[in-house]
Amino acid sequence: MTFLICVAVAIVRVKDLFAVAMLSGIYGLLSASLFITMDAVDVAFTEASVGAGISTLLMLTTVAMTGRTEHYVRHKPLLALLVVFVTGALLIYATLDMPYFGDVLAPANLHVAPRYIQDSMREIGVDNIVTSVLASYRAFDTFGEVVVIFTAGIGVLALLSFTRRPEDDAEISSDNISMHEQNMIVRIVSKILIPFILLFALYVQFHGDFGPGGGFQAGVIFAAAIILYAMLFGMGVARRAINQTFVQLFAAVGVLLYGMVGVASMLNGGNFLDYNVLSEDPVAGQHLGILIIELGVGIAVAMVVIIIFFNFADRIDISKHKADKKI
Amino acid sequence: MLAHLPVLQVLLPLMAAPLCLFLRRPYLVWIFTLIVSGLAFLISISLLQQVMVSGTLVYEMGGWSGPWGIEYRIDKLSAFLLLIITAMSTVILLAAQTSIQKEIPENRQIYFYILYLFSFTGMLGIVSTGDVFNVFVFLEISSLSAYALIALGKDRRALWAAYQYLIMGTIGATFILIGIGLMYQMTGTLNMDDLARRLPEVAQTRTVFAAFAFFIVGVCLKLALFPLHLWLPNAYAYAPSIVTAFLAATATKVAVYLLIRFTFSVFDLSFSFTALPLQTLFVILGLIGIFVASTAAIYQKNVKHLFAYSSIAQVGYMIVGYSIGTTMGLMATLLHLFNHALMKSALFLALGAVMYRIGSVQLSSFHGLGRQMPFTMAAIVAGGLSLIGVPLTVGFVSKWYLVLAAIENGWWPVAVLILLGSLLAIIYVWRIVEVAYFKEPVAGTDGVREAPMALLMPVWLLVGANIYFGVDTRFSVDMAQAAARSLFGVSP
Amino acid sequence: MMILGLYNYWIVVALMMIGLYIVIAQGNLVKKIVGLNIFQTSVFIFYISLSKVDGGTAPILAEGISLYSNPLPHVLILTAIVVSLATTALGLALVVRIKEAYGSIEEEKIQMKDDQEC
Repeated sequence: MTFLICVAVAIVRVKDLFAVAMLSGIYGLLSASLFITMDAVDVAFTEASVGAGISTLLMLTTVAMTGRTEHYVRHKPLLALLVVFVTGALLIYATLDMPYFGDVLAPANLHVAPRYIQDSMREIGVDNIVTSVLASYRAFDTFGEVVVIFTAGIGVLALLSFTRRPEDDAEISSDNISMHEQNMIVRIVSKILIPFILLFALYVQFHGDFGPGGGFQAGVIFAAAIILYAMLFGMGVARRAINQTFVQLFAAVGVLLYGMVGVASMLNGGNFLDYNVLSEDPVAGQHLGILIIELGVGIAVAMVVIIIFFNFADRIDISKHKADKKI
Repeated sequence: MLAHLPVLQVLLPLMAAPLCLFLRRPYLVWIFTLIVSGLAFLISISLLQQVMVSGTLVYEMGGWSGPWGIEYRIDKLSAFLLLIITAMSTVILLAAQTSIQKEIPENRQIYFYILYLFSFTGMLGIVSTGDVFNVFVFLEISSLSAYALIALGKDRRALWAAYQYLIMGTIGATFILIGIGLMYQMTGTLNMDDLARRLPEVAQTRTVFAAFAFFIVGVCLKLALFPLHLWLPNAYAYAPSIVTAFLAATATKVAVYLLIRFTFSVFDLSFSFTALPLQTLFVILGLIGIFVASTAAIYQKNVKHLFAYSSIAQVGYMIVGYSIGTTMGLMATLLHLFNHALMKSALFLALGAVMYRIGSVQLSSFHGLGRQMPFTMAAIVAGGLSLIGVPLTVGFVSKWYLVLAAIENGWWPVAVLILLGSLLAIIYVWRIVEVAYFKEPVAGTDGVREAPMALLMPVWLLVGANIYFGVDTRFSVDMAQAAARSLFGVSP
Repeated sequence: MMILGLYNYWIVVALMMIGLYIVIAQGNLVKKIVGLNIFQTSVFIFYISLSKVDGGTAPILAEGISLYSNPLPHVLILTAIVVSLATTALGLALVVRIKEAYGSIEEEKIQMKDDQEC
């Protein structure tokens, strides 16, 4: 915990944005390990892949484009300090009546949660309680979550996408090839590694019932493999391998798959996302439902992360290219 | 199928949005979006009827009941809001294709409609749900898409406005998240109904007090209540015209809904109004908001800015009505919610028509527009009259009830101040009228013609509604009254 | 006892405030987003702290264990992490566009350029 504070303070002080981005990655990693010590393995997994992985990657990409030094102008720190101080004081005030950390008898542990712990095995039949709650009891929130990430994907597309001219494309990819020729060893190693990463993604995808993991983490890992490929072999090559329109449509398919499970259960006479009616045996129905929606989540997340990354990287290529031309 | 309507209301636009990607042609996507929005409107009418007949509807997601699963809970207030949002969205979409054609490059139009649908979905979700965390999720859906929509504006200042809105909005959402976390910590539940039952036991703790405070501040950021309104004027001014019309008609309304929902249904009223000096605070902030924003509106050079400031002032009116704390006051607020949606969507759509023809909404480019675009300008004048609160318009109706509510409660000074606020509105509306009707057109703008029918029709539909509901107040007043009464626990 | 029992929450509050301070006081747009991230992550830590139960284990059912930490906050935070990723991505996309349009990512310079136009 003390480490976290150090990192956070460092972020305030450091002016080199590149370092700030790295520090925020470290911050994500530290909080992920903190989550493990607090028994939240699923959350730790996700935070590690998002906080230390994707977010940092995006920040680095942005910093690469916008320049790494910050012009340090201090302005209105008094007002900011005041706001922060009042908010902080209110929060500290709030903690005074809180149940203590780790208290078994805290109201939060007594009311709704016990049912999940005691009955989820009988009602859903999945070892990982987090998965049962995520994918069944509170499946609608998770649906919302997929929609949020999809919205972000579309938002990034709306902001950053542009119709590229073929000649730009050719020039850029030729640049890239010459640039990437050099790292022969890295490329060979990663060529061997990438299939394994993809395999691991599939494992995480379908293993969520028993251990930590699930659609979201799997999607991120899958996307990471593709991004690794793109970074090593150049954007041009990766873009030829992966059709953008196809990726967009697949992201939509992921969201729709999730929704269709819900619609199917409505057609079978249940409520939206009621998996019990999907099969003769309610528990089997739950299994089937969770499997499909997790797949939907996985597909949507993987595709959206790829969309986001490619659009960021494309922008960099273009801006670099323009800069080159000017020189 | 009737039993599934509460979820279909939200699900329909939600599922339609990704489908848009498959259609590929902006024109088709527009037709599709319009149909979806129209269907959602029909669903909301049907829901309203059901709620009026059989009381609150509860729909359990995934078949999990009560606090374990997420449930949708549609009462009179939600149904009323759903109706406003879907109706506004449908009328505004009628004009979308024509206006968007000019303002957004073709390769981004499909994304525009998808984001629009998501924003629409998010608002419907917030209004329908009975689970506090679900509120957060749908709030983020609607806000994220709103940021992107605003950033689609032509001017580069749209980007900056969207960024500021993103920062402010996310801080607001995180505050709400903290509030939810604290509430959960003390009660162990996320279900609104369940919370209402369990909160009184712990109402005296400091934690619950802080939860309440964080929630209120978070919502007020979204609401753009003075002094947390700084993001709004630029966001409204530089967004594409359709987006401004849509957000102005719906977004702040949803925030007002959240405020009412939490202070009345989740925390009960006696707690809400005693824990913080909320009543006094809100009356003061509301009144200051009215005056500061109206005065600021008078000095704007950009007409969109002008009406954006006027929106902040109108939020002030709603908050004043709300904080009177009587059935009458709440009713006035709800009525103003409905009426303000009608006025602002009409005004901003009309500005969209001006934008379409002239490509600018600076006050200086309005010279002589009264002769060049008579129908559009007439619509702006009608909307402006409604904003002032001239009899026979909806603005009059809501101001009337607001003043009545203040007087009923013995708040004479407040009633007087509300009327003074309207005087300021006269000034800023007059500025537009003066420029448009009494100045000669700028040289070189001879070619400016009336806006196309596709834009004029929805504008006049809304203006017509402004006048219709200003004369025949039965529907809006009855609805607002029924919703307000049910919140105060008076059985209808 | 009180200090021990609440220490964890106080650290979280401190983290939140550092994050919030960065968002409000820093003029650099990328740094603001980093601050927002820290602010949100600290809220996540707060939620996860709620769910910790002394002597409990990770909420994956196994033979012979009866005390688990509370799974509900975990689920909520999984959702919230995704939301924060979405916000970060969109925010950074905006930063990229702002850089292209204004040639700067400092709050003051952008404000200055806007004021000149008005």
